[in-house]
Amino acid sequence: MSFYKGGIGQWSWVLHRVTGVGVLLFLFVHILDTALIMLGPVWYDKILAIYRMPLFGLMEIGLFAAVLYHSLNGFRIIVIDFWPATTVYYKQMFVAQMVLFFLVFLPVGWIMVGHIIHGAGA
Amino acid sequence: MSASAPSSYGSRPRPTGGVELYAWLFMRISGLALLLLALGHLFIMHVFNSIHTIDYNFVVARYLKTFWRVYDLAMLWLAMIHGVNGMRTLVDDYLKPPARGLAVKALYGIGIAFLAVGTWVIIFFKPAGG
Repeated sequence: MSFYKGGIGQWSWVLHRVTGVGVLLFLFVHILDTALIMLGPVWYDKILAIYRMPLFGLMEIGLFAAVLYHSLNGFRIIVIDFWPATTVYYKQMFVAQMVLFFLVFLPVGWIMVGHIIHGAGA
Repeated sequence: MSASAPSSYGSRPRPTGGVELYAWLFMRISGLALLLLALGHLFIMHVFNSIHTIDYNFVVARYLKTFWRVYDLAMLWLAMIHGVNGMRTLVDDYLKPPARGLAVKALYGIGIAFLAVGTWVIIFFKPAGG
């Protein structure tokens, strides 16, 4: 992996790549698990029983975080690409992006942890 | 604002033309669409519903509406092309020929195969015994 000047510019870029690869790998898995539905309810509900395990619940929260980060960071890239004058505000934009990230992720993460805890008992 | 200004804090420089310019544009347009489609999908399935409320019958009821099949199909195609093209960027950066060419070919092959499976499921799923 190349290392440039460090700082926000580099780390936001590294995170964009890592989350992108992670989400793509999950897309492959998700296509296969969904395809089991063609074999009928027994097979489909079997794979769902695996996904209901708490470990997969935690990975689900990680998936949400990855998609959310990749979306917000991608949006910032688009803004800078099409309005290059905003480049000078890249730090402020990144801070705003991460504030927005946590404003969405914290309540959603809370709800998803609730799904893991209550779902298992339901 | 000059379009030729460097965007060193955005992404790689905008290609000047040809297929690469369209690929560059596609990543941005599909990215905006996926922001809504993928986050919408996650909110519906994993926040408002959950893995504990989703089962075979949930999918049967959902896929009675053509809208959700079109939604899923659009998301699948955009996500797969966006993901495979993004992965191609990484392969270009980290692999040298001849491994680079082989990896890109493998990537396209895997992408097309999975896209075919996903498309088949979304279009042809019918409830068992129905």
